[in-house]
Amino acid sequence: MTPVDARANRPQYLPESASQTAGPYVHIGLAPGAAGFQIFDRELGWDIAGPNAAGERIRVEGLVIDGTGSPVKDVLIEIWQANAAGLYAHPEAGGAVEDGFRGWGRVITDFETGEWGFDTVKPGPVRARGRMASGVAQRVRDSHPDWQGRAAEDNVPMAPHLNLWIVARGINIGLNTRMYFDDEAAANATDPVLNLIEWERRRATLIARRTVRDGKPVYRFDIRLQGEDETVFFDV
Amino acid sequence: MTPAEYYQRDRRIHPPALTPDYKTSVARSPRFSLISLQGSMSEITGPTFGHGDISPIDNDLIKNYVHGGDPIGERIIVHGRVLDENARPVPNTLVEVWQANAGGRYRHKKDSYLAPIDPNFGGCGRTITDADGYYFFRTIKPGAYPWRNWVNNWRPAHIHVSVFGHAFCQRLITQLYFEGDPLIPLCPIVQTVPDAQAIDRLTAKLDMNAGVPLDSIAYRFDIVLRGRRSTMFENRLEGN
Ligand SMILES: [Fe+3]
Repeated sequence: MTPVDARANRPQYLPESASQTAGPYVHIGLAPGAAGFQIFDRELGWDIAGPNAAGERIRVEGLVIDGTGSPVKDVLIEIWQANAAGLYAHPEAGGAVEDGFRGWGRVITDFETGEWGFDTVKPGPVRARGRMASGVAQRVRDSHPDWQGRAAEDNVPMAPHLNLWIVARGINIGLNTRMYFDDEAAANATDPVLNLIEWERRRATLIARRTVRDGKPVYRFDIRLQGEDETVFFDV
Repeated sequence: MTPAEYYQRDRRIHPPALTPDYKTSVARSPRFSLISLQGSMSEITGPTFGHGDISPIDNDLIKNYVHGGDPIGERIIVHGRVLDENARPVPNTLVEVWQANAGGRYRHKKDSYLAPIDPNFGGCGRTITDADGYYFFRTIKPGAYPWRNWVNNWRPAHIHVSVFGHAFCQRLITQLYFEGDPLIPLCPIVQTVPDAQAIDRLTAKLDMNAGVPLDSIAYRFDIVLRGRRSTMFENRLEGN
């Protein structure tokens, strides 16, 4: 019997477009000011939280480090985060956020040093997943005693975190990771995603270190693409 | 109730992280496996954009950086739809593009290729899909350019494309190539994609019907983002 290729066996679906590297000139499209020219009235992604957002104002900084230990100087990072109440700025988030809170940002590294950083508010704990909102799948689950009560278990809140998406020359498909906060030890200990990482010592690669500079909290988060203490990346 | 999750990504059609023929990937590729996450609120939500975020001229690369004249090169229209894996349109989503000029030179302080900068060409644009997921750009066909990988690699003519969708897990950056370009099979970056059909889907097709007579030739390029399980909100018994 010939093996069946699952892709050939799903005629009603279109396959996703394949990813390609963002390349060295990603700034032209996504941050033209950094490429060295002014074209748009407004660049996107520089104001994550807006002036009305509640919660603690923080700064996040770091490096992206390659397998040789060198900083990556042409990286672009996007941030997606909840507000201090744990809500995302999205119609399906289950509640409204402050006027002007986007929860989305875009930063690039300094071409000389590789340092990146942005200002935002610290997010609150986020609801993970409740009942599956999928018709048949949920009905199948509901009908089976093994699944009863599991919805509550799935619904452990996630510790405060930022979702990061990293692209650059040499990165063929954007890398997803999360940044957690070292002053949230109790929440981190029960976070369902951190707990999914089998190797406990690797969980530490996702936890940013809090310091205070000029009276303002600054979290340090270095991302290691490869090598010792390689950051945990997710297939989301 | 949590909104529906997205289908898992079919990693067999995407380039792996480590692709030694594309040398820069070697030191920038994780060695450990990705940890697979079921979609939580963090992945199934994502940023939204509106017409207040951009200007109407932003999708016209022939006009959005004019400094006293038109850019040099072959005038083209790139158009198509953003769809999801269920073949449904993805409306109101941000599409951003960037590219070299007709000579293969980028307007970027880090590009030192000897082809000239075009004073009237910026090389970037953006638009938001309409209710049918449709988008278009007017631009100049980019030139091929050499790059340092092997001694003499040349990128096929291409436009970089960034798309959001409606969830952070749909986020995608890819590149558009042009039908018939002999450099496509030679390019180590194109060839990071392990599936020939997937490469073909990144190749825009000549579309004579969509051009503007005596002005611009057109290429069609549809983009497919990840699809989503159907939800009970849709009240459909056949939900998957
Ligand atoms: Fe390029």
